[in-house]
Amino acid sequence: MEKHMINEGRIITVNGPVVRAAGMKFFGMREMVRVGEENLIGEIIRMEGDEAVIQVYEETEGLRIGEAVRGTGEPLSVSLGPGLLGHIFDGIGRPLNTLLLKEGSFLGRGLSVEQIDPDQEWLVTPKTAAGEVVAPGSLLAVVQETPLLEHRILVPPGFAGELTWIIGGEKAKSGTVIARIRDEYGREESLPLVHRWPVRTSRPSRQRLPLRTPLISGQRVIDGLFPIAKGGVAAIPGGFGTGKTVTQHQLARWSDAQLVIYIGCGERGNEMTEVLEEFPSLKDPRSGRPLMERTILIANTSNMPVAAREASIYTGITIAEYYRDMGYDVALMADSTSRWAEAIREISGRLEEIPAEEGFPAYLPTRLAEFYERAGRVETLGGGQGSITIIGAVSPPGGDFTEPVTRHTKRFIRCFWALDKRLANARHFPAINWLDSYSEYAGELEDWFNSEIDPRWKERRDQARSLLAEDDHIQQIIRLVGEDVLPDDQRLVALCALLVKNGFLQQSAFGPESYQSPKKGFAILDLILHFWEKARGMVKSGVPLSLIKKPPEVMEITRLRELPSDDGEAIAGLRNRLDTALDRVAAERTATGKRGNRS
Amino acid sequence: MINTEYVGIQEVNGPFILVEGVRDVSYGEMVDIRDTRGNLRRGRVILISEKACLIQVFSGTQDLVPATTRVRFLDRFLEFGVSPQILGRIFNGLGEPRDGCGTVYGGRTLNVNGQPINPMARQYPRDFIHTGISSLDTLTTLIRGQKLPIFSGNGLPHNRLAVQIATQSRLVGSDNFAVVFAGVGIKHDDAEFFQRHLIESGTIRNIVMFLNLADDPVIERIATPRFALTTAEYLAFELDMHVLIILTDMTNYCEALRELGVARGEVPSRKGYPAYMYSDLASLYERAGILTDRKGSLTQLPILTMPNDDITHPIPDLTGFITEGQIVLSRALDARGVYPPVEVLMSLSRLMKDSIGKGYTREDHPDLASQIFASYSRVQEIKALAGVVGEDELGKTDQAYLAFGRDFEKLFVNQGFDENREIELSLDLCWQLLGALPESELTRVSQSEIKEHIKGKKETGLQAGPDSSHTK
Repeated sequence: MEKHMINEGRIITVNGPVVRAAGMKFFGMREMVRVGEENLIGEIIRMEGDEAVIQVYEETEGLRIGEAVRGTGEPLSVSLGPGLLGHIFDGIGRPLNTLLLKEGSFLGRGLSVEQIDPDQEWLVTPKTAAGEVVAPGSLLAVVQETPLLEHRILVPPGFAGELTWIIGGEKAKSGTVIARIRDEYGREESLPLVHRWPVRTSRPSRQRLPLRTPLISGQRVIDGLFPIAKGGVAAIPGGFGTGKTVTQHQLARWSDAQLVIYIGCGERGNEMTEVLEEFPSLKDPRSGRPLMERTILIANTSNMPVAAREASIYTGITIAEYYRDMGYDVALMADSTSRWAEAIREISGRLEEIPAEEGFPAYLPTRLAEFYERAGRVETLGGGQGSITIIGAVSPPGGDFTEPVTRHTKRFIRCFWALDKRLANARHFPAINWLDSYSEYAGELEDWFNSEIDPRWKERRDQARSLLAEDDHIQQIIRLVGEDVLPDDQRLVALCALLVKNGFLQQSAFGPESYQSPKKGFAILDLILHFWEKARGMVKSGVPLSLIKKPPEVMEITRLRELPSDDGEAIAGLRNRLDTALDRVAAERTATGKRGNRS
Repeated sequence: MINTEYVGIQEVNGPFILVEGVRDVSYGEMVDIRDTRGNLRRGRVILISEKACLIQVFSGTQDLVPATTRVRFLDRFLEFGVSPQILGRIFNGLGEPRDGCGTVYGGRTLNVNGQPINPMARQYPRDFIHTGISSLDTLTTLIRGQKLPIFSGNGLPHNRLAVQIATQSRLVGSDNFAVVFAGVGIKHDDAEFFQRHLIESGTIRNIVMFLNLADDPVIERIATPRFALTTAEYLAFELDMHVLIILTDMTNYCEALRELGVARGEVPSRKGYPAYMYSDLASLYERAGILTDRKGSLTQLPILTMPNDDITHPIPDLTGFITEGQIVLSRALDARGVYPPVEVLMSLSRLMKDSIGKGYTREDHPDLASQIFASYSRVQEIKALAGVVGEDELGKTDQAYLAFGRDFEKLFVNQGFDENREIELSLDLCWQLLGALPESELTRVSQSEIKEHIKGKKETGLQAGPDSSHTK
């Protein structure tokens, strides 16, 4: 096993974050290296004879020709074990709180810090006994990592055999050996509490499973019209100011995943600070515990080195896979994948590769596919079930969805929440355009919604979408000739669509409305459509629309969304009052109509 | 180490020179270059290899004679000496005194590239800056520690707006408020305008200026904002000041970046701008904020002129992705004589949501702002319709909307260059304008708010508009 000795090369060129070194033939491709006197962290990305090209994850100012490049013997890896939850790491997995303590408010260079606090003790409870035969994925022990999450210590991939020893119910640190395994050749291996895993390699599972349950987001437009499955992939594209980050934050807060990994990839520093300040005080709507107990943050803000931004996506997804293997449903938010693609482009440019579209390298779609395909619902090595849902924000330049990153992303995702600048300017949030967005999961999730929410879920969803589509057509006419000249049945469509937009699609990300159960969302939609059906009948029988929309109950529908989440009675109450009011309008009309006939 | 001087350079290409046979040079090192006449120019190492190093010359390579040019490597990076004495000084784009008052002595030397702030060390900005400008205070609230650019166009009054924000901001006059001004490739007239209003008006006690004018070397523009930001960071995080930094015009900065990229033969991205322009701009804009363990704050007000007024152009586009909102100026409003011509629907302050309302400004502020956005965006739809069918054909409600839109622009958005409106007044004005719309149209404010602010006011009689004199 012990093949590694310290290799050393020397720098021959420096060009921004790309460094070329000679004397490198005993280094491995993708090996992590330490560059120069400052010990900057880098990764080998190309080998050419005796020379290697290294992308450096830190600012390279001050490097000189001839300075040493030292190997570490492993590819870019993260430590996996208890102590990840509730923490914030940079793109290559260094904990930012430790860096803050060591370095102060500004990020220095060349720092070596343990990813997981080596001094923290965890109470390890064994779940198996010596003598058992174990394989990758077998449960060894558990640690209560936070009150929300039981951390299951499994046999890592690549180890199997007879368990010769396992820790008793005692405290252990990250480096403590918790079990020993004798393999089929009689060799004994020690398993520490924390193990390392290369981030660019996906962790194995037995097989992929079909997607059957939705990831409930608490957002009416998503759960009601464009649902995403646990294990699915969605993209949120939108120009600046359309609310990508707010939508991502909403999903991080309220989605019913057991664990959330939020990657701030090349975005604003203050947005990470917002999460850090807010999540410890926000409560998970299901357990009532602080949200931070189920959250891991990866922050590589836009001003942090670009190479580490490229790595941050892999760091995040590897941690997600680790928790998936324990049988958890993990949701991963990547904000934004465009910044990641740009980091790939920047490095590619420095390597003088031939660009394909808009300067992006030809392998961009391959990288995107590799990343998105690491999502999914799987049968784990241990025989359980876990899932990773990826929600990637895309920041198309100029809000133009035909640019390469959006276009290629669309090939690999199945749920598309298109953000619309026009809606955002009118402060219609979430600015998810109901005509451009789609969810291919809706069909697969129908059964779940029909049985868990309401048997007419699919029917109502179809009706709502066709109402909105019809409205779009009518709005075009209104823009040309105004609303007043339209016949009442068309004006009714416009009115009902307005109720859907104001009362159902719009949702404030702040205050009591921030999370809303799919049941309540459905009840509101159901009521609006109920009104539509009823009013349509009245219009047909000649009641003018001006009378139908007169009762205050009609516009009251748009205020239902502000009520506390589980107030089903208020909705039923309004439905009754609305029916009564409409019946009265119809009755009065019939009465006056009859009088009219007599005269 | 003694700095060796090398005589003779191998290549001159655009703003770059190539020097062979040098040893012990570090990446990013500063270089002194002396031409045949002995004049000094400054440069920076941007590529090193075993054989040679490439130097970017800030003041250009004109008249350099390769055989006699002397190059000295200084073993230090692009740095700026700071001390409390820099207050009140004017520097050029490379941090050299421009006001004839001599070198700044004492203090410390800081690398102008700065270091990224650890997100853990940041404090989320929540303090509202009272600018006295209705459209900003009410609808695009500026927060202390925010980076909020002005997206403008050639010929629009962005400079006046920036000066008004700087001189009316509530902290003005206090000792711990400072303005840092970075003029990047700006016209002499603009520089003079800022100097006159910021310094000579005497309202701001602490000011530092960096001026790279339109006829100064283009390559220096890459450095100018970094000198200014380093100064601002020093004032904010070491001297505990609340700093407002005005960076203008960022379009010139981006043009310089493109020029440099093309000269280096880099693979360009959109419209010829370098692929790393996002990261480069972020390394400037992210140098704003508040730290948990310091008292000061750094608020950025960059100004950029959108080429052809196109907001999807790479410069405003990438800026908008990094900054925390934008103030967009409108040519149409300007043509109608509205000052400041703030296009409220396109403008946005991302930090506003957590910093207005009860305990910050006034309880009704969030709903009211939302209602104004909704109503004013409805005005735009009706305007488009009126353009087709004619205003007379519109229904009563639609006509009320048009009247609301006109009053909103004339009475609310429009205000004087030296008019400082209290936030309370701005909010009341909004309510007064909304009162002209049928109550059923006000869907984003609550019944009780309508009762308190519209019906209540109607009973006691409307207060007069704050500046009906501006009505045209």
